Amino acid sequence: MIESENQDYNELIKGIWRDNPVFVQVLGMCPMLAVTNSAINAIAMGMATLFVLVGSSFLVATFKKWIPKQIRISCFIIIIATFVTVADYTLLALIPTVHKELGAFIPLIVANCMILGRQEAFASKNTVRLAVMDALGMSAGFVFALFTLGAVREILGSGSLFGVDLFGGAFEPWIIMILPPGGFLTLGLILFFFNWVTHRREIFLERVAEAERSGS
Amino acid sequence: MKQRDPELLLQHAPFLREGKTTPSVMVDVLIALVPATLAGLWYFGIGAFLVVMASILGAVLTEVAFISKQHRGESLLDGSGLLTGLLLGLTLPPALPMWMAFIGGAVAIGLGKVIWGGLGNNLFNPALVGRAFLLATFPIAMTTWTTADESFWTFRASNFDIPFTYTEIDGVTAATPLGLLKFDQEVTPLSDLFMGTTAGSIGETSGLLLILGGVYLFFRRDLDWRIPVSILVTVLIFSGILGLFDAERFPAPLFSVFSGGLLLGTIYMATDPVTSPTTPLGTWIFGIGVGLLVILIRVFGGMPEGVMYSILLMNAATPLIDRFTQPRVFGHLRGDRD
Repeated sequence: MIESENQDYNELIKGIWRDNPVFVQVLGMCPMLAVTNSAINAIAMGMATLFVLVGSSFLVATFKKWIPKQIRISCFIIIIATFVTVADYTLLALIPTVHKELGAFIPLIVANCMILGRQEAFASKNTVRLAVMDALGMSAGFVFALFTLGAVREILGSGSLFGVDLFGGAFEPWIIMILPPGGFLTLGLILFFFNWVTHRREIFLERVAEAERSGS
Repeated sequence: MKQRDPELLLQHAPFLREGKTTPSVMVDVLIALVPATLAGLWYFGIGAFLVVMASILGAVLTEVAFISKQHRGESLLDGSGLLTGLLLGLTLPPALPMWMAFIGGAVAIGLGKVIWGGLGNNLFNPALVGRAFLLATFPIAMTTWTTADESFWTFRASNFDIPFTYTEIDGVTAATPLGLLKFDQEVTPLSDLFMGTTAGSIGETSGLLLILGGVYLFFRRDLDWRIPVSILVTVLIFSGILGLFDAERFPAPLFSVFSGGLLLGTIYMATDPVTSPTTPLGTWIFGIGVGLLVILIRVFGGMPEGVMYSILLMNAATPLIDRFTQPRVFGHLRGDRD
């Protein structure tokens, strides 16, 4: 019992940092670069993706025994597309302004390789419970990444966060940050930082291991 | 144990050396820039000095932050960070807030140089990368030009803006000669362009002193003369041809050469040995390309000035030019690739 809970926790937590879909696997770059010019757009896109990923992981894991191996990809896509349609109309009904800003990128969630990747690599091979845990963790990591990028770009590019003015009138916006190059530059810098942290951590762990070896 | 100096020196070729090292070239370029820099500072006053200093500081501090301890001394002493900071500073408007100049310097070294693997590996001229970033980020501040102040010690308020803020300029704003021509159809006399008594970036105003520096570099053999010559000749010929069609509408050849950042960019940035082609034929192609693009952007584009984008575009084409202008290896047949 304790072991299975531990595994649940592992599957949940791995997507947020160790296997983060954006910063480590570098998947889902299209929405990552296209809709992160403000924090609210980033969160809306993240939530839509979370809904689609959790829903389709659940269905794929449930029906994995009935999905023929030869046509599994098209089956996954049909399941994903169903949830994307639901997310599309829900956003349109609830927050039409954000839906308008996100535009074509909502239907394009179907083509988000992170979602298909999770079905192929995880949900179709594991139990429903683990698949949902994995989907939750991965989408949490995706939302985290989108929000980081969106927040940095909105703070520098418009001087606000969630539309709330942070600096007062004298702030000089960095125009480049809300344009596409700003997305590439910020993402590059964040990846750089992530790799640097991972690298430092590896060096640190090596040193600890060495000290333990020489100590014993 | 101390190692003894070997008594017999064993060396491989080359045995004849020029005695030229990266630091010595950098020092030569710095010397060549001194007259134009001093003229710019004298003309635009203490504010220009602060902008140049902030840009240099941004460049050098970024270099310190990014380069590992083992290589730090060597990399700082070669003076390339200092030179990048100075060149960037010379392309900035004198009323720019210091914090923007600092960010420009940091971006120039960070995105323009160290991220590519350091000096010698960058595709684009670092100073121009910094300037392109600033122009895309702060378009208003980067195109607000001023004329000289009454006294050297007059401070401009916008130079001292707190980071992340910008106040519209309070002093006299003025258009550059190219801006005057493009938006007001007003031609600046050549003598003003030659001596440097016009509005513009800190280092670009005096044609005479920039050429002086270029001549010094040529005699020190630090500069491939083909690049500036081909750029300037292309600009002269192309604007001359345009002038044949409509002398009223298109700028005169000599005006095109002496206005804007053309001389500064041609002599000090396009000739950067890292980002320009290495073969003689390639340098001609590079120079002609820059010259054509400059006139195309200035005359038919939306912006009054196009030197920066022309050089950056041709920088991007440099690996391709180098590849297709490799001379035939002795003993190989024509068209033999390997």
